[in-house]
Amino acid sequence: MADRSGVAGERKSLFGADAGPALAMGGPAFFLLLLFLIGPFFAGIAFSFTNQRLVSPDPTEFVGLRNYSRLLRFSVLRLEPLVDEETGELMRDEEGGLEYPRSREFTRDEENYPRLTGLTEWFNIHIRQKRYVILAGDPAFIKALVHNFYFALVIIPLQSAVGLILALAVNQKMAGRNYFRTIYFSPVVTSMVVISIVWTFLYDANNGLINAFLADFGIEAVNWLGNPTTAMPAIMIMSIWQGCGLQMMLFLAGLQSIPDSLYEAASIDGANAWEEFRFITLPGLRSTMIFNFITITIAAFQLFTQPFVMTGGGPNESTTTVILRMRTEGFREQRIGYASAIAVVFFLIILAINLVQRYVLREEE
Amino acid sequence: MKLRLWSIVALLVVATVLVTACGGGPAPEPTEAPGAAPTEEESKPAEDESAGTTKVSMWSHAAGNPKEIGAVEQMIADFNGQQDDYEIVLESFPQESYNDSVQGAAIAGDLPCILDLDGPTVPNFAWSEYIQPLPVSEAELDEIGIIPQDVGRYKGTVYSLGQFDVALLIYGRKSVLEKYDIRIPTLDEPWTKEEFDEILKTLQDSGEFEYALDVNAGWTGEWWPYAMGPMLWSFGGGMIDRDTYLTAEATLNGPEAQAWGEWFQALFEKGYVNPNPADIEGFNQGRVALWYNGSWSADPATEAWGDDLLFLPAVDFGEGPKIGAGSWQWAISATCEEADGAWEFISYMMEPEQIALMSETTALIPTTPDGAALTETFSEGGKYRVFYEMLDRFAMVRPRTPAYLTISSEFEQATTLIRDGGNALDALDDAVDAIERDIEDNDGYGFEE
Amino acid sequence: MENQQALDVATMRRRKLVSRILTVVSQYAIHAFLVFIFAFPLLFMFASSLKETNAQIFRDLRSLRAFVPVGEVSLLNYRAVFENSRFPRFLFNSVVIAAATVGLGLLVNSLAAYTLSRLKWPGRKIVLSIIIATLIIPGQAIMIPMLMLVSRLPRLSLVEGALVQGWQNSYSVLVLPFLAGAWNIFLFYTNFQNIPYELDEAALVDGASRLEIFRHVIVPNSGPVFATVAINTFLGSWNMFLWATMTIQSEELRPVMLGLQYFFQRDTPWGQVMAYTTLITLPMLLVFFAFQGAFVKSMATTGLKG
Repeated sequence: MADRSGVAGERKSLFGADAGPALAMGGPAFFLLLLFLIGPFFAGIAFSFTNQRLVSPDPTEFVGLRNYSRLLRFSVLRLEPLVDEETGELMRDEEGGLEYPRSREFTRDEENYPRLTGLTEWFNIHIRQKRYVILAGDPAFIKALVHNFYFALVIIPLQSAVGLILALAVNQKMAGRNYFRTIYFSPVVTSMVVISIVWTFLYDANNGLINAFLADFGIEAVNWLGNPTTAMPAIMIMSIWQGCGLQMMLFLAGLQSIPDSLYEAASIDGANAWEEFRFITLPGLRSTMIFNFITITIAAFQLFTQPFVMTGGGPNESTTTVILRMRTEGFREQRIGYASAIAVVFFLIILAINLVQRYVLREEE
Repeated sequence: MKLRLWSIVALLVVATVLVTACGGGPAPEPTEAPGAAPTEEESKPAEDESAGTTKVSMWSHAAGNPKEIGAVEQMIADFNGQQDDYEIVLESFPQESYNDSVQGAAIAGDLPCILDLDGPTVPNFAWSEYIQPLPVSEAELDEIGIIPQDVGRYKGTVYSLGQFDVALLIYGRKSVLEKYDIRIPTLDEPWTKEEFDEILKTLQDSGEFEYALDVNAGWTGEWWPYAMGPMLWSFGGGMIDRDTYLTAEATLNGPEAQAWGEWFQALFEKGYVNPNPADIEGFNQGRVALWYNGSWSADPATEAWGDDLLFLPAVDFGEGPKIGAGSWQWAISATCEEADGAWEFISYMMEPEQIALMSETTALIPTTPDGAALTETFSEGGKYRVFYEMLDRFAMVRPRTPAYLTISSEFEQATTLIRDGGNALDALDDAVDAIERDIEDNDGYGFEE
Repeated sequence: MENQQALDVATMRRRKLVSRILTVVSQYAIHAFLVFIFAFPLLFMFASSLKETNAQIFRDLRSLRAFVPVGEVSLLNYRAVFENSRFPRFLFNSVVIAAATVGLGLLVNSLAAYTLSRLKWPGRKIVLSIIIATLIIPGQAIMIPMLMLVSRLPRLSLVEGALVQGWQNSYSVLVLPFLAGAWNIFLFYTNFQNIPYELDEAALVDGASRLEIFRHVIVPNSGPVFATVAINTFLGSWNMFLWATMTIQSEELRPVMLGLQYFFQRDTPWGQVMAYTTLITLPMLLVFFAFQGAFVKSMATTGLKG
C-alpha cells in the first residue's frame, strides 16, 4: 500500500485526517461486531470464572479457576499389579493378564489422595508390568480435542488436493466446463444440515447406497456411522465432498493468474506435463494454497453440524468434537460457566495454531 | 448523484426500522380449531360485563403432529367457547427443537403461562423457579384418580399434571411363540430373566429372524433412560439413591447395576439385538421376532399382524417388571400473571371428557380411570386396555430431581458405551462420578443431607 | 517422394486427430464421473421427495433406483409439506430476513473494509487484527451470552406501539446480530487492497470526499466481491437454525430451517423431509446460479493476499 502521508491532508487533527470519516463509515460495523460478537465473547470469558448455569435459582458465584483446573488437570498414577496376599504371587485374571487396583479407589479417596480427587481415567499404558494411568479432569474434552486434530490433519491436505485436482480438470479448455464448475460447487451452497440428513441415508449400514456400490466390487458392507473406527472417516469424506468446491474455485482463479508465457517458454524448453506442473503451476499457486490451508484449518476446528445431526457424537464418542462438548455441557447439562471455559481454552488453542501457521507459511513480501 | 446515494441510504434505514419493529410480539393470534363449534351449554354468566377476556398464553410441543395438535386446539376452542373470563391462546412448536425454544424463552424471561414439559424435566424447572406449584390438593388428586406417576413433583409439591402417558411393552406374535413352544406371559406372570434368556437363544438359533429382539438401539436421546432405565430398576439397580437424591455410588455402579450392564452388553455380543437398526420396520416386516418398544406403535403393528399380534409385559429381572412413566405434562410458569385462568384450563384438561378426547385422537394412554372409561380403546374390554393396566401396575418414574438432566445425559452415554462393547463397570463409574459432581456443584439441588 | 511426404503428413494428422479425440473423450468421461459424484446426493434427495412411502425409499436405496423417480411417484410429499406446515410463511420469513441481512450487510461490511483499507487512523492495524482474530470464535461459545444480551435490549414495536424489552420474536433478532461479519469484511478488505491506489489519488486531487471515492472508485471496481459477499451472507442467513430456535417463538416468524423440524417425529416421513429440503435448497442454488459469473471473477482477487 502506498504511503499516503504525503497526500494533501486537509484537516490535520490529532487522530489523523481520516478519523472522522472512518468512524462514520466503519462505525456501524465495528459497533455491531463489538456488541454482538466481541461483547458476548468477553461475557463468556467472564462466565468461565463462575458457576453460571443456564437456569438456576441460586445466584451465580465466582469460582476462580475451578473450571479451568477441572478442564486442564493432569496426573499420572502408577499402579502395581495386585498380589495375592497368601501366596505372594501375582494375581491373574481369566485370560492370564495381570490385575490391577481400580484407579477409582484413588480418585475417590479424598483423604489420602487429595490431588487425585475428581479426576477420571483417560487411558492407561503398561510398562514392565506396571500400569500407568493417565488421569485427567475431563477426558471427554481431551478426546474431543484429539478428534478435532485428527479431522483437521486429514481434511487440510485432502480437501486442498481434491480442490486442486478439480481445478485442473475444469481448467481444460472444453465445452461446458462452466456447467461442470457450477455442479462441483453446488454442495458448498447447500445447507450442511440438509447434506448431513441425505448422507446419513447414503451411509446406512444395511441399505445405504455407498455400501451397495462397494458390494458391486465385492467389498463387505461397512457400518459407516455405527463403527467407531469408520464414523469419523465417514464424516471426513462427506465434509471434503461438501467443501472442496470452494477450494476448486480458489485454485481455478490462481491457475488462471499464472501467465501463459511461462508455459510456452517451458514447452519450448522441452518440459513435459509433470515438470510443468511441478515447476510452474505449483509455485504459482503458492499463495492460494496458503490461503486455503489457513481457511480450512479454521473451518475444520469448528466441526459441529455433521456429528450433531448424523451421529450425536458417537458411536462410543468417536465423533465428538470440542464444539459438540461445549453444547452438551452448556445446553444439555446446563453448565454455562464450564462450557465457557472450554470455549476460551479452545479459542486460545486455535489462535496459537493460526499464528504458527501464518508464521511458518509466510511469504517474503 | 449525491441525492441518489442518500435516498438509497435513507431507504435502507427506513427498511431497517421496519424490519426491526416488525415481529409477532408476545401475543400470537389465537388459532382456529378445525371444525370446532362452541358448545351448546350455557356459558358461565359474565360476572362483570365490563371485564374483558383475559388472554392466557399457552405452548404445545406437538406442531407437525396433526392429531395431537388437533386435540389440543379442540380443547382450547371448547374451553374458550364455554366461558368469557379467559381466552387461551396457543403457540405450537415442533418437538425436536421445543426444548431449545423453552430454554431460550426461559433465559429471556419470556415463558408462556401454560406450557407442556417432559415429565422428568419438571423438577429441574421447579428448582430453577421457572414454574409455580399447582393449586391442587392431594384430596383433589385422589378424586381425579390420576396415576401417581403422571403427577410431576419436586420435593413432594405438585408442579405438573399429565393427560396421557405411554407404556413400554414387548410386541410379539402368537404364531411365533407357539411355533417355538414359548410360554405366553401374562401381566401376573411375566417372563423371568432366565426364561427370557432362553427365549432369545431359541429365537435367534432358529435362523428364522435376523435378530431375536429389537430395542431401538439406534435411537438417541431420552429413549435410553426412559426404556433401559426400567430394566436397570428391575435388576435392582438405580440411577440415583432415591432416599437422599444426593449420591449414586453403589446404586448406579453397584453389583445389581453391573449385572444389568453385563446382561445388556451380552445381548449385542451374542447377536440377539441389532445395535443400529436402519429403521423401525424390523418387527412389522418379520425380520425381528420380539420388539421392545412403546405403545405408540400399536396401530402400525396391528396393521402388520392383525390377530397374531401380542402385547407382552416387560420382563421381570428380579424386582418385578418395570416400565417407564411420565410423558408431557402441563405446568404453569412462575411469571404467569393469569395463574388462575391457567389453572382453570389445566383442571379443565384433566376432566374425563378432555382426557378421553386427547386419548381417542392420539391413541395415547389416558391417566385417569374415569377418562379411560370414556374411551373406546382403553375402557374395560377396549383393544388397548392392557396398556392402561401395564401403566398402572408397572410404571416407575425417572428420578424426581433437578439433577435428572445430567443423569439422563450420563446414563445415555454410559449405556451406549456398554452397547458398543465398552467395559460396563467403567462406564457406570464414570456416570456416577459425573452425576455426583454435578449435584455437588449445585449444592445438592435443594435436597439436604 | 512427394507421395511419401503427403502420406506422412496425413498419418500424422490422423494420429493427432485420434489423440485429440481420445483426450477429449477421456476428459468428458472424467467429468461425467465427477458430475455424478457431486450431484448424486442431491439427485437422491430430489428423487426421494417424489416417492410416497418410507418403505419405497429404503428399498430403492440399494440401487440406482435411488436416484430415479420410479415406482409410485407423485407430488404427494410436496402437498403434505404445504398441509402440515406453514411453508409459504416460513419461506416468506426467510426471504425477508435474508434480503435484509444481505442488503444491509453489504453496505455495512464494505464501508468498514473501506475504512480499514484506504483510510488512515490510529489503531487501524489493531482493529484489523482483532477482526481477523474473531474469525476463530466459535458460534456455540457466544450463543448463550448473546441470548441474554438480546433479551434485554429494547426495541420499538409497531405491534404494541411502544418500546418493549427484548428482541426475541422479531425479525431484528435474526438480522442485526449477523450484519457485521468478520469474514465478509475480510473478503472486501483483500479485494480493495488490490485496487490501485492511484485511482483514489486522482479522485482526491479532484476534491472528492472519502465517501465519494468509495462510491465512484471502489464500488464500481468491486462488483465480483460484492456478489461473493452477497452469496456468502445469503447462505448464512438462509441456513440459520440453532439461533432461531432459541429466539423465535411465534409461528408467524419462523424461518425455513425451523419448519424442517415439523417433520421429524418418531416415524419420520422421509419423503416429506426430502420434499422440504428440496424446496429450501432450490432458492439457494438459484441465487448462486444468478451470481456465479461475478462470484468466479471475485475469486481471482481473494487468496492472493493472505
